[in-house]
Amino acid sequence: MRTLRFLLQKEFRQIFRDAAIIRIIFMMPAVQLILLPLAADYEVKNIQMTVIDLDHSDYSQKLTNKITSSGYFKLSQYTGSYNAALKNIEKDQSDLILQIPAKFEKNLVRENESTLFIAVNAINGVKANLGAAYLQGIIRNYNSEVRLKWIQLPRFSPELNIETASSNWFNPHMNYQLFMVPGILVVLVTMVGSFLASLNIVREKEIGTIEQINVTPVHKYQFIIGKLIPFWVLGLLIMTIGFLIARFIYGISPTGSFLTIYAFAGVYLLAVLGLGLLISTFTTTQQQAMLLSFFLMMVFILLSGLYTSIDSMPEWAQWITRFNPVTYFIEVMRMVVLKGSNLADIKYHIFIVLGFAVFLNGWAIISYRKRS
Amino acid sequence: MKQFASFVKKEFHHILRDRRTMFILLFMPIAQIIIFGFALTNEVKNSRIAVLDNAKDADAASLITQIGKSNYFNIEQVLYTQRDIEKIFQKGKIKMVIVLPQNFGNDLQHFNHAQVQLIADASDPNVASTLTNYASAIIVDYQNRVTNDRKLPYTINTEVRMLYNPQGKGAYSFVPGVMAMVLMLVCTMMTAITVVREKEMGTMEVMLVSPVRPLKIIIAKAIPYLLLSMVNVASILLLSVFVLDVPINGSLTLLIAESILFTLTCLAFGLLISTVTDSQQTAMFISLTGMFLPTVMLSGFMFPIENMPLALQIISNIVPAKWFYIIVKNVMIKGTGFTIVWKETLILVVMLFALLGLAIKKFKIRLA
Repeated sequence: MRTLRFLLQKEFRQIFRDAAIIRIIFMMPAVQLILLPLAADYEVKNIQMTVIDLDHSDYSQKLTNKITSSGYFKLSQYTGSYNAALKNIEKDQSDLILQIPAKFEKNLVRENESTLFIAVNAINGVKANLGAAYLQGIIRNYNSEVRLKWIQLPRFSPELNIETASSNWFNPHMNYQLFMVPGILVVLVTMVGSFLASLNIVREKEIGTIEQINVTPVHKYQFIIGKLIPFWVLGLLIMTIGFLIARFIYGISPTGSFLTIYAFAGVYLLAVLGLGLLISTFTTTQQQAMLLSFFLMMVFILLSGLYTSIDSMPEWAQWITRFNPVTYFIEVMRMVVLKGSNLADIKYHIFIVLGFAVFLNGWAIISYRKRS
Repeated sequence: MKQFASFVKKEFHHILRDRRTMFILLFMPIAQIIIFGFALTNEVKNSRIAVLDNAKDADAASLITQIGKSNYFNIEQVLYTQRDIEKIFQKGKIKMVIVLPQNFGNDLQHFNHAQVQLIADASDPNVASTLTNYASAIIVDYQNRVTNDRKLPYTINTEVRMLYNPQGKGAYSFVPGVMAMVLMLVCTMMTAITVVREKEMGTMEVMLVSPVRPLKIIIAKAIPYLLLSMVNVASILLLSVFVLDVPINGSLTLLIAESILFTLTCLAFGLLISTVTDSQQTAMFISLTGMFLPTVMLSGFMFPIENMPLALQIISNIVPAKWFYIIVKNVMIKGTGFTIVWKETLILVVMLFALLGLAIKKFKIRLA
């Protein structure tokens, strides 16, 4: 116990003496947490639209007005040729082309039928699909208006109508920050924790001070625990700062209890730090350690479900996410913060992450050699 | 020149001798392109949903089948009471519940008007709105099919064409993004570390007392990483064409030239970081923790820039990855030429010289 205390004293001193690192550890997450959630908004709006109106009729005018007043679309250009419109898409000044053919009004009134042509820049498939769907919805609406003008519909309209009412639970105002802030906080805590841990032992190796520890009677497990605890404390500290930022800047406080989050975070940090220490025992230079942990982090973070939904990944990628501690924390964070889930709801998450922690730290202790 | 050549040789030795780093540097982009090319997609597929069917009639059943048949949804659970909805959301797997009211079929048959309620778990607003949209589209589709025999007058048809990416593949927008991200991070970090490392080890002193000019020392450090990055660019492009089926529609020469320009910009940025820091840890923290999230989030490949608040839109302009992403998207996927991307190219050139100038100005010939 006494040995451990001395080790801890050493580690804490080492961390707090490097003013540059301390500044970065605390400033960087804070700044990013303040700025980045504002950027995370997938919502498809502000779709730039080019209209090719070959009809120049009352109807085509009304249709264009109806579309631009919907709020989703902005008229970027009004032109007479398809080539000019395509050029606009190439220059990224426009996302979507609506072509109103000549005799649009005439055909609609005389032939009872008329066709509009829509072309969408589909490089971003989701935006394209939703944009086209919105536009078709508006056109359908316009269509009903036209019909109403021409025919007196019977009491029960022959247009079959299934009304869909949608409601959004847990986040009724569709506030993206409510969704992104907890997730980004997880990423920041994970990155700082794992990078610090992975660089730590390897730094002692590179500088040569590891030899000094190796000749002391310190046990392997004491050494690893001594490395683990300071970063664990730092990780929880960063998380607390993050929650303060979430509370005072975004006005987000968890629906569930902090106790649940911290209980999970405590276990989770052990797993992440264990991974870092494991990397540290396997590599010989800080450069290697950094690259390796960065590579793993990038995979973990991008496959964590923070940015893209896990359900839509292919089977094998979903399988990877099951071995990804970040996935579990992001899930827990969202469950507790947004839905108020309690300890019982997340018990599987805790057990799994606890398993990771035991496995990774155990492996780190075994693979750390006191002899080179 | 001979001195310079020997410096470049020294740097190559540094890199080639560290097999593990080499391996990670060359293998990382490959793994990333494969993982992200296949797995990263912001379309929503196979979402788990539940149904609360209060009607239990033929129309309700056929609507539910219609929804279950689509690729977007998997109906995983059938609920019996309103109260189950909250519980099931709290467990976290089910993303949406479709509620059919008691008289659904009756209303539909006799009044031509019925209601469906979609309740989405909006703790992920993106998924929620996408799911609601998809479900509404399927319901509209269903309703159109049922009305099909009653041909209505005054119908406006729409014909939709998807340009550049008719199958709506996620890889088309992610490959350019991952390319920008990988190059940005690898180049910036590696150069940042290499100079600081010499400082930390003390070997910088040795180089500074040599007759070689500091500018040459810096350039010598950058050259091997430039070559390494080119290998990465090549492997990324080969993989995207042959494995992910993302075509190179524009000129390959232009694409490679732009990649070299972007790589140089990143190298210059790395050098700047290395001149203002003195420990590898600090350098890595700035280049990774500081760069990773901004590159992912502000380059426009994850989140549309036009949706951001004005301040962030302005900040996003100083992220080099944003410009490179636009260039790659244009040249590679749209197949446009230099006339369309000259502005972005010019911005990168200006950034390159600004960063390089700053790095050289900050480069200290004497260590403290």
